[in-house]
Amino acid sequence: MEKTLKDSGGVGNWLITNTGRILISLLVPVVTFIVLWQGFIFLRDSQAPKIVIVLVAIIWGVGGVAILFTVSNWLVEKLPSEWMQRLQPFVFVGPGVAILLWFLAIPVIRTLILSFRGPTGTGFEGVDNYRFAFTDRVMLEAFRNNLLWMIFGTFFCVSLGLLIAVLADRSRYESVYKAIIFMPMAISFVGAGVIWKFIYTYKGEGSGISEIGLLNAIVLALGGTSQPWLSQPPWNNFLLIIIMVWLQTGFAMVIISSAIKGIPAELLEAARIDGANEFQVFFRIMIPSIQGTLLTVSTTIIIFSLKLFDIVRVMTGGNNGTNVIANEFYLERFTYGNAGRASAIAIILLVAVIPVMIYNLRQFRESRAF
Amino acid sequence: MNTSNRSYKGQQALSSFLVNLTLIIICVIWIVPTLGIFFTSFRNSEDIFRTGWWTIFPHKSYVKTGEVNIDPSVDVNGPITIEGVSHTFEEWRQGVVMPDGRQLTWFGNKRTRLVEIQELQWLAFDTRLTLDNYKNVLTGLEIRFKDGSGQEIVRRGNNLSGAFLNSIAVAVPATIIPILIACFAAYGFAWMDFPGRKFLFTIVVALLVVPLQIALVPILQDYTRLNLNGTFLAIWLAHTGFGLPLAIYLLFNYISSLPRDILESAFIDGASHFTIFTNLILPLSVPALASFAIFQFLWVWNDYLVALVFLGDQNRVVTSALAAIVGEKGQDWHLLTSGAFISMMLPLAVFFALQRYFVRGLLAGSVKG
Repeated sequence: MEKTLKDSGGVGNWLITNTGRILISLLVPVVTFIVLWQGFIFLRDSQAPKIVIVLVAIIWGVGGVAILFTVSNWLVEKLPSEWMQRLQPFVFVGPGVAILLWFLAIPVIRTLILSFRGPTGTGFEGVDNYRFAFTDRVMLEAFRNNLLWMIFGTFFCVSLGLLIAVLADRSRYESVYKAIIFMPMAISFVGAGVIWKFIYTYKGEGSGISEIGLLNAIVLALGGTSQPWLSQPPWNNFLLIIIMVWLQTGFAMVIISSAIKGIPAELLEAARIDGANEFQVFFRIMIPSIQGTLLTVSTTIIIFSLKLFDIVRVMTGGNNGTNVIANEFYLERFTYGNAGRASAIAIILLVAVIPVMIYNLRQFRESRAF
Repeated sequence: MNTSNRSYKGQQALSSFLVNLTLIIICVIWIVPTLGIFFTSFRNSEDIFRTGWWTIFPHKSYVKTGEVNIDPSVDVNGPITIEGVSHTFEEWRQGVVMPDGRQLTWFGNKRTRLVEIQELQWLAFDTRLTLDNYKNVLTGLEIRFKDGSGQEIVRRGNNLSGAFLNSIAVAVPATIIPILIACFAAYGFAWMDFPGRKFLFTIVVALLVVPLQIALVPILQDYTRLNLNGTFLAIWLAHTGFGLPLAIYLLFNYISSLPRDILESAFIDGASHFTIFTNLILPLSVPALASFAIFQFLWVWNDYLVALVFLGDQNRVVTSALAAIVGEKGQDWHLLTSGAFISMMLPLAVFFALQRYFVRGLLAGSVKG
């Protein structure tokens, strides 16, 4: 196809012989752009029925990206062959890299700069925002709570996940049990918040009132008195952590379960024949064999609890001693309008995950001859 | 397990029983919270305020069988004697169990002078179920329902049907767009040679665990400048950006492991990169694409933070709408439970239909933070 290009020699020659093609090559992107822009204006300003807007949005969004790739590739393939080979990789990789740079890589630097600035992103405040982040009473409470989440949340998720994975492995109904434990993974944190708020709900004392929250009903049935559970620090933190355990144990279970299935059966068999009981098999063979997996799962859940936001936001709004770092980030930026402090908090979150980042990079470098 | 060995059979049966018992207990604990809101969402608002959802199951309860009027001459401030039993007003209000098993409860305040006679009876399944809660939470118009004391309340609905459509408009493109972009990028990284290839992919790996909070403040500045806040495009781009590192990483692992000969023979036949990509790589990558698609769809559908920041109150999605009901009508459990269930329906259906792919994606991508 591109043979003619080589024959024509220089780029100048090529330009002259291909004026028509160049004109078309310019026209196509312009038309594409106009169509996409009109779609955008329609979506932004239209008062059409919702369902029409939704359909247009889906077609416009998905179709737009497909067209952009097709058109830019078509353009590059029109170029002389050596230029095509040089540029085509960037047609493929370019959009992805550009979006990554815009949405994640460059914001790291921009947030770092903002973290030294004032509430509106101007001026220079030195380390004031960081001083706030590490000394303010609310922030210290948030750090303490995040620590609770990271320690207890991770511990219960991983140990319950391990227990269920090991037990389910010995049962005929494994897939049923696993599906039930796994199901909350599909539920949003907000949805889970509603589910558990209903369990913790409290009506108060008074005649003719019966508690409609499951927890208080159980407490009453056992002869206790009902409590406003979510407004009692520090225990309310643990009630919130239970929600995360409920949501994330399925994740730990699935990953650990597949690691357990990867342990060679002969290894377990041999230990049993040598007279090891089930506890010895578990602690001396299973645990050491899946050490790496346990570490990965724990790390993932720790990072996850570090960034936790939705549960606290929906359940308590961070009141009554349940604030966490990510919620304080949200409050600083969107309630108090202090971009500087919010940026400092975001940078602290980033610094906390840097060890994991380095570990990932090292693993990547070792595992692959890239 | 070795079931052919008879000498262990008894022991094995016991251990299998204990294993299953433990698992059943855990599973019951796991599923009861969800069942609770599921049952509640079909009950009358009046009943929901009054009694716990478990009362829809057959159980024994005091049922009103009659009334007694207290004579105006009786002094209600001292001990009150009814049918030979004497108690204070407060105790009568709490309900007093008579020697014959009936319970007498004072109704209302002191002036009503009305005592209800209640008897313990077995109640069958509660069949007074309704779809009104779903109707009420879906509409954006005026809604009416009764509270615990039977009083009618008028509110504005939260228009969850509109939010549901918005969620679809957000989630479908925010799933497909990053997959398309990531698939092209993964192919480029895996099968094309260009300067900076290794460096750029190192960035992708490094960005896997970056918390998205880092991006919110600067991106919001950009969106304000571009007048993009509250538009679908804004949130698609944001979800694309935050989902891309994992997408590129997963798809790269898959695409780079495809056998080299297939591509080489296609090249010899004169196919271009683009043709190979669309006709060969895309169809071959369907399992990996499906894994990531489910992952991303669930993530976007269930996301609250990104929607809250970039969409705001304009074009509210289900998670934001549900959170708004929690904020405004925190005790209206008939709306909250039905709303929560509506928000869960689609992800649960996707999840159960495609669980296999989802698990595969999880196993491949457990590095994401």
